[in-house]
Amino acid sequence: MYRIGVDVGGTNTDAVVIEGKTILAAAKSPTTEDVMTGVIDSLKKVIDETGLDKSKVSAVMIGTTHFTNAVVERRHLSKTAAVRLCLPAAQCLPPMVDWPEDIRDEVGNIYWMAKGGYEFDGREISGLDEDELTGIAREIGEKGIKSVAVCSVFSPVNDDMERKAMEIMAKVLPEADFTLSSEIGRLGILERENAAIMNASLRELSHKTVGAFARALESVGLTCPYFITQNDGTLMSTEFVQSYPVLTFASGPTNSMRGASFLSGEQNAIVVDVGGTSTDVGALIKGFPRPASTTVDVGGVRTNFRMPDVYSIALGGGTKIQTDPLKIGPQSVGYRIFEEGLLFGGNQLTTTDVAVGLGLADIGDAAPAKALGEETLTEIKAEIDQMILNAVERMRVSPDPIPVLAVGGGSILIPDMVGDLPVIRPEHFAVANAVGAAIGQISGEVDRIFSLDGLTREEALAAARKEATDKAIAAGAKPESIELLDQEDVPLAYLPGNATRIRLKVVGDLDG
Amino acid sequence: MDPLRKIELEDMEAISLGGAFLGTGGGGDPYIGKLMAEQAIRDSGPVDVIDVDTLDDDALVVPVAMMGAPTVMLEKLPRGTEAIAALEALQLSLGRKADAIFCIEAGGLNSTIPIAVAASVGLPIVDGDGMGRAFPELQMVSMTMHGISACPMVISDEKGNALALNTVDNLSTEKFARVITVEMGGAALIALYPMTGAEAKRAILRGSMSLIHSIGTIINSEQRANRNPAIALADKLNGVRLFEGRVKDVQRATQGGFARGTCQIEGLGPFEGEDLTLRFQNEFLLAETDSGPRAMTPDLICLLDLENGQPITTEQIRYGFRVIVFALPADPQWRTEAGIDLVGPRYFGYDFDYRPLEALNQ
Repeated sequence: MYRIGVDVGGTNTDAVVIEGKTILAAAKSPTTEDVMTGVIDSLKKVIDETGLDKSKVSAVMIGTTHFTNAVVERRHLSKTAAVRLCLPAAQCLPPMVDWPEDIRDEVGNIYWMAKGGYEFDGREISGLDEDELTGIAREIGEKGIKSVAVCSVFSPVNDDMERKAMEIMAKVLPEADFTLSSEIGRLGILERENAAIMNASLRELSHKTVGAFARALESVGLTCPYFITQNDGTLMSTEFVQSYPVLTFASGPTNSMRGASFLSGEQNAIVVDVGGTSTDVGALIKGFPRPASTTVDVGGVRTNFRMPDVYSIALGGGTKIQTDPLKIGPQSVGYRIFEEGLLFGGNQLTTTDVAVGLGLADIGDAAPAKALGEETLTEIKAEIDQMILNAVERMRVSPDPIPVLAVGGGSILIPDMVGDLPVIRPEHFAVANAVGAAIGQISGEVDRIFSLDGLTREEALAAARKEATDKAIAAGAKPESIELLDQEDVPLAYLPGNATRIRLKVVGDLDG
Repeated sequence: MDPLRKIELEDMEAISLGGAFLGTGGGGDPYIGKLMAEQAIRDSGPVDVIDVDTLDDDALVVPVAMMGAPTVMLEKLPRGTEAIAALEALQLSLGRKADAIFCIEAGGLNSTIPIAVAASVGLPIVDGDGMGRAFPELQMVSMTMHGISACPMVISDEKGNALALNTVDNLSTEKFARVITVEMGGAALIALYPMTGAEAKRAILRGSMSLIHSIGTIINSEQRANRNPAIALADKLNGVRLFEGRVKDVQRATQGGFARGTCQIEGLGPFEGEDLTLRFQNEFLLAETDSGPRAMTPDLICLLDLENGQPITTEQIRYGFRVIVFALPADPQWRTEAGIDLVGPRYFGYDFDYRPLEALNQ
């Protein structure tokens, strides 16, 4: 059986066909405004290339930056109602208080604060008021709003009130989509609520996009199930992505890192993805990217849902170099390297010229770079190597000598050794993203505060693991394939009763 | 350093950054307090910052602060009226109105919350604080050394509860208030250490608001110029760049309600071949090498990102971070015998006699 991975990037839409551990075909097509056409083009290419029996394709996995771009460009966002369950607490900073004005206007800046919410230990701040919520739901209906984000204080500790509030409001608004913050974000109400509101504003686009993907597959004759990849490299069903489009936000770098892991066979490594203008460095732990522990800005909005920890530096294949005094970047000629780079007859010395001048790559004309002299070139390369080394060292998780995986169009810049770490250059590195999509697994995750009064740490961890496993099975994982991917418990300062925050994630193979 | 005379909306960015720096690794993210202060300034106008010497000797100065776990406050945001309610209850029991607001902690979340209160109630804020940095307990302020009682103190929550405390000493205030804080949900707002103008002139650490603002301004402008702020900070603040290196190990444990731990840093550049160990309990409290301590509490130990100069907290720090360890001399008040008793290395369980930063790095 075959799997097809598709990566819908800002510039290119890539597709790969894999069977087991083998890449059978890979293709690139330009991404199109309607998304669908680009997907059809690249799918047709790989299918034609292999003469594939379409009935033997078990699944198609799609990675997309479509929803991230919608937020960044403030396009296709729906008017959304935010309902925060908190009173009398949390009135000082209303929902969307820290959003840039343009996106706040786009989403409507429509919110209510209502009774509800919990304390850190699960006590109620105040009980839900059914009449209050019914009234709010009526007002939402009168405004013609179809998407509602519900966020209760300490919902990561207990999500009951968010669910109950949704049930009450859904009686008045049977057609509306509801997004519950507890299903998306972590502790930190503003960031979690921001993510929930953004998600709600993307629901309509998500329905349309999923429909477009379905039609694309249908038009090339693929009838198998298809999935969308999420931030942590695992898969979402189409129903799921219609409900949680924000979970795709960082799937691009994640797929690239996961693809690099698959192509090289390395589970623990540092991945260095060198593009035209920048280099992204991330850490792989057991084949998955290490998540960022701090807040992440998306289109100027602070969020805290799980994103891979990626460190970016302004160093790419097109990065401009000044020689006297030596200065590398941060500007880059980008895709204009074919006009401006010395090796293509231009006037700008770039990092690629240096690589070509030193004989590390054979493209264009090496002569203009060679004219700088071996000594100068070596000196510049040493500086480039140092930049890469610093970025790699920053992302390293332990003193263990794990390999560095070099991917991306500019990866010739990466030396054979980065400090004491050996570099591996996997085949098919240019379509690592689509490969990463093709190999997606199903996950289940828990992140909340446990009180260790009357519960040992081990019992708390076991309870968390059971909860995560149940979530993974509900999402479509084969029960026997489920394993623990990541677990972390952080004791909380100042709180008695041994309050501890447990984050835990399990993954399993897709059933079928 | 120019004194800060007014806090406008656009000053909050720098104040929040300076507050993170003076948090010396702890104190909580000033972000929520910054948003609250911005909101209050937008609604009620800028806040006047006054020199303590301009206060009448019989004026009433009241510090306000948040107490408890910053992690809780980032989830259960305040109602917004708690600190004002605490202030009003305190005024009622004292039978008079406050003339100025004061900030007890220059680092972390508490560097920004009093500004929000001052804007809302239309009072000026005194250019000073009680710590010159962040410390974890409420008796750890210069006022304690001057015999000023934390009480009467009022602690209040979003439901409208406002409890007045009258205790025998400031350490007892800390103990009782900590219990109440938990009952109030893990974080609460407080008004305490009511002082006369004369007492404030004697007891407070001066110029803290100006200092926070100028630290934030330096970090901001150096970052914009693509320079590491550590050089300019060392120059302007009489500080020491103790060490540069890469974090090679972080160990954490919770003991007695505090996040304790150690962080080992392996030298880079001029420090290659040396190691430095940081010890922390919410805040960074001790920096030592093989040859002995290099900086200790109450002197300030701040960790900055080697790349961009951003302050790093004890919660964020982890393996692989490239950092600058930066130390600043504490206010002279902390370097007295009374100060060392209150916040010196032994109070935190480190077996060292306090020696000033300058003596350790001659």
